[in-house]
Amino acid sequence: MNDRSLAYWLFLAPVLIALGAVVIVPFLYGFGLSFTNWNGVSISSFVGLENYISLFQDGEFRNAFWFTLLFAVATVILLNVFGLGLALLVTRSLKSSNLLRTVFFMPNLIGGLILGFIWQFIFVNVFSEVGTALNIEAMQGWLSTTATGFWGLVILTAWQMSGYIMVIYIAYLQSIPGDLIEASKIDGAGAFERFKSILFPLLAPAFTVSMFLTLSTGFKLYDQNLSLTNGGPFDSTQMLAMDIVRTAFVENDMAYAQGKAVIFFIIVTAIALAQVYYNKRREVEM
Amino acid sequence: MSMSKAEKRRLVPLEIAGIVLGILWLIPFYLMLTNAFKTPDGIFESVMALPGTFVWQNFVTAFQELDFLKSLFNSVMITGVSIAVIIIFSSMAAYALARNPSRLSTTLLFVFVAAMLIPFQSVMIPLTSIFGQLNMMNGAGLIFMYLGFSSSLAIFLYHGALKSIPKSMDEAAIIDGANRFQMFWFVIFPLLKPITVTVAILNVIFIWNDYLLPSLVLGEANATIPLKMFYFFGQYTTQWHLALAGLVLAVLPVIIFYFIAQKQIIEGVSEGAVK
Repeated sequence: MNDRSLAYWLFLAPVLIALGAVVIVPFLYGFGLSFTNWNGVSISSFVGLENYISLFQDGEFRNAFWFTLLFAVATVILLNVFGLGLALLVTRSLKSSNLLRTVFFMPNLIGGLILGFIWQFIFVNVFSEVGTALNIEAMQGWLSTTATGFWGLVILTAWQMSGYIMVIYIAYLQSIPGDLIEASKIDGAGAFERFKSILFPLLAPAFTVSMFLTLSTGFKLYDQNLSLTNGGPFDSTQMLAMDIVRTAFVENDMAYAQGKAVIFFIIVTAIALAQVYYNKRREVEM
Repeated sequence: MSMSKAEKRRLVPLEIAGIVLGILWLIPFYLMLTNAFKTPDGIFESVMALPGTFVWQNFVTAFQELDFLKSLFNSVMITGVSIAVIIIFSSMAAYALARNPSRLSTTLLFVFVAAMLIPFQSVMIPLTSIFGQLNMMNGAGLIFMYLGFSSSLAIFLYHGALKSIPKSMDEAAIIDGANRFQMFWFVIFPLLKPITVTVAILNVIFIWNDYLLPSLVLGEANATIPLKMFYFFGQYTTQWHLALAGLVLAVLPVIIFYFIAQKQIIEGVSEGAVK
């Protein structure tokens, strides 16, 4: 099979056509559209950078950006702490280890849309009842303010994805040779010492993988945002993905929405590449 | 590894902490299930209490309103056909790239991997516009879109697995008189089974649960479960007993799948993420 053989191209054709038609062509076409006043049907003029200039002055877009950034930072920290903690817990020889893995991982399989609806019930109805019973004022009125909407989304995502990050950490923990741990025990290293000087450096690749995954999930979150807060109150918990969807399909401002989509691509890609670059360098240094 | 009694005793607090956390993790499911059996008054009185009487009628109503059998059928068809298409075409493409390590193949593999960086929201507007003009905003169009979005990761995973299958396998089959096509499907593809399971599982989780793309492409008549759930929830937000019964129905197929294929699911997800 070489570049010129028919078999080579026949084997590749279906995916090349699909990737081209579904990702590459729309991506390039979209980039072009963002410099026009396209309304979804026709283009009457090229507007240069006008869409980009107005979106940098757009309070709604800026608000969505900061909200998304804060959300991503909070979830990256929480998910890695929980994920690693759960992984360390279930890799001890507990009787309940297997059962616990099954339980912690379960929410991942269910769609974000459905989980958001379930948690809406919990934050609104269950929290208020428990808050009344225990006399905790802070448990009232969840999802009706920006702060409770934010933490609601963070809690939901942490609950949903910790088991996923746990599975990644388990894979790396199990690749650490047992003798290394034994040797350090014989040398008299305490549990903390062991964690710091053996587990932590050896887990560096796991950090790369799970930070990359959690950051990009955090930035692209849509379903949970839609079903838990629907962007409310007053669009204050609207994240970038939802802002783009609404600008396009609710407000029908297509070219402008595409401008936002291009900026969204640049942000997500820059973060992903910076992340991989930084972590690769650190892995080598250690 | 055998443990001393002292070591076993040290694990007891951890065991307890684990079980408490596990119970905490399940509470949302417990609350959904118990409240789905209540009357509206029962929920109003207490969400924490067990249902006084079990109202099965909630499920009957939700089942009908969700048009459950039809939505389930739509979900199964879209997910099943998409996964078959993704597996067939991605494994073939990865085979061509792996067995012809030319500069062109390297470039194509790079393009596939780089395409994974493009977020869905960055292409969704032109994508729906183009497919609208081609009259492909339907189930078939949706399946084709899933092939486009999912083939990159699948090719990447298959490509990695193919490098560990010796080329002598191919040559032996060719000497036996098989053509490229037969050789791939009867000799190589069966050896890729572990990675095929991984690709299938990752895509079941993604496609079965996907909401945004079907909401843009499919009408209500062909709605999948998440899509139908969204419409249903909009109608019944104020009637939690029905909304929760609907959510239980929506969650049920996934839980059943999890209990059947639990081991493969956790292994597959771990494989897909770590590679």
